[in-house]
Amino acid sequence: MYSKDGENYFIVDAHIALWDARPENQRSIHGKQFIDCFYDYHRNLSPESETWSYEDYLYQGGERLMKDLFTDGYVDHAIFQSAYLGEFYHRGFGQTEEAYGLASAHPDKLTYNHCFDPRNGEAGLDQLRADHERMGFKGVKLYTAEWHGDSRGYKLSDPWAYRYFEECRALGIKNIHVHKGPTIRPLDRDAFDVSDVDHAATDFTDLNFVVEHVGLPRLEDFCWIATQEPNVHGGLAVAMPFMHTRPRYFAQIIGELIYWIGEDRIQFSSDYALWTPRWLVEQFVDFQIPEDMTEYAPLTIEQKKKILGLNAAKMYDLPVPAELQLPDAGETATGPRQPERADLASAQ
Amino acid sequence: MTAAHAELAGRVHTVTEDAVRRSLSTVFDPELDEPITELGFVRSIRVDGGPDPTVRVHLRLPTSFCSPNFAYLMASDSKDAVAAIPGVAAVVVELDDHHDSDLINTGLAADAGYRGTFLHEAEDSLEDLRRIFRRKAHTAAMERCLTGLLRADPALRVEDVGGVGLRDLLPGRETDALLRRRTALGLSGDPDAPVLVDDDGRPYPAEAVPLALRRARSTRISIDGNAHFCRGLLRTRYEGSGADQAFRSEGAEPADHHPLLPLTVKESHP
Repeated sequence: MYSKDGENYFIVDAHIALWDARPENQRSIHGKQFIDCFYDYHRNLSPESETWSYEDYLYQGGERLMKDLFTDGYVDHAIFQSAYLGEFYHRGFGQTEEAYGLASAHPDKLTYNHCFDPRNGEAGLDQLRADHERMGFKGVKLYTAEWHGDSRGYKLSDPWAYRYFEECRALGIKNIHVHKGPTIRPLDRDAFDVSDVDHAATDFTDLNFVVEHVGLPRLEDFCWIATQEPNVHGGLAVAMPFMHTRPRYFAQIIGELIYWIGEDRIQFSSDYALWTPRWLVEQFVDFQIPEDMTEYAPLTIEQKKKILGLNAAKMYDLPVPAELQLPDAGETATGPRQPERADLASAQ
Repeated sequence: MTAAHAELAGRVHTVTEDAVRRSLSTVFDPELDEPITELGFVRSIRVDGGPDPTVRVHLRLPTSFCSPNFAYLMASDSKDAVAAIPGVAAVVVELDDHHDSDLINTGLAADAGYRGTFLHEAEDSLEDLRRIFRRKAHTAAMERCLTGLLRADPALRVEDVGGVGLRDLLPGRETDALLRRRTALGLSGDPDAPVLVDDDGRPYPAEAVPLALRRARSTRISIDGNAHFCRGLLRTRYEGSGADQAFRSEGAEPADHHPLLPLTVKESHP
């Protein structure tokens, strides 16, 4: 819970990880390159006071995670979104058992989401069923840029991906979180293309598709898909810290999202341990669209409350104190939410 | 000196580092629609003199996981651009610190081409990819011009933007950039041609104009955001690389302050 100016905010951090990128877990140079890339993101977008040493960044462990999120970070509930990256790390990047164990020990605070890779075929489906029976998760995180033998990425529209979505449907796994990385299949196309999300969301209307990082670097393509598909949501992991370095860009991201998909389908994430939630929550509550950006309405306290926690709480059936709940906006399910805002001149 | 000697001397070209840099400035990052020389992607240029000059170029990117297709495209375009300089006998272009550096550098050294480099991962060619991003660049340029006009002329309504022709645009950088991008797509530069058009140059029906402009705006925001983020990541990854970057005014913010250039940005009021 975060309180400021007499307002209380229920905080759900919808995308966290418990990773181990220490050298002894790196399978190849790619494991080092991957965490170095994360660390550059961290160094590039963090305030100086929030910048960690490289050693701290390689591995945090459960105790530190609990402190960063719940003791210091105002978070009421957080959701593990695992990234396996088995080609880069001996024991995987996201620590499945450690994260699941922590979530089991703190079910009121942590939700564990699992992962799968459709390229594992029938054996992977058996594994998914067995894992679900043991861990009972409601969501999965898919990393379409995952390397897998001589394949370096897959699409959500692949026939095998559909087999897995059918299995998710059967098992009651409703929330499909998708991270689009630079996949290369086919290499001739845009590596960050998000159109496969469109196909899957259209064919599986009873599943939620949460596109992490709001499709960045393809914000425009994500918005266009999400505005047409009522079951597509946007996760703000990686977008949040732009508040600090590039507040006008962040205002545009939020402004576009509110316009195209509305306030009920945007979820806050710190992307821990890329960044920690404390400063992100503080800055977001204080954040406002610059006055000269007349193409966007100012952010309301209600919108901030929904984004910071209520939207994800609803998706995951998390109990929210009655006094902190808010009704849905009752907006259109598809199409722009503030058509009058399409007119730059209207506010002048 | 005999006539034959004189003729020979006239054919000798001295290849300079400047000439190499100029040739590399014609190579664009397709996604950001900017020359690699302005993005700071050229790490080093070395010209080994002598009668058969060999040019060695090292490129660098903001992350090890930048898309390999774009990485290959820029490296391959660089090799072609430098090879076209009169007098250059051999060109070695190497991409540093990328997850596919070995693959790409081997392919470049062997002149294996795109499909020869990526084998089973390559299907056709990178022309479609180039086209996608040329279109995005045009869309963003179009929106910059029209939004500039809307901000400058309060009497102009968004609904009427469909009627704006090239001749109505404010003269300057943004209009020049739009004309260049129209040319790249094969669209008309006729002063009477409408500004707000789709990828094939077709205007929108009146009722579709506001949404078309909004979509174009999200494209522009995305490209500007990516361009600044990529610049920032390169500066973080390679100390001192900011000195090799040209300032980008589109989408600039106080944090993008370039040490060598003055910057004034309207204050925001959180």
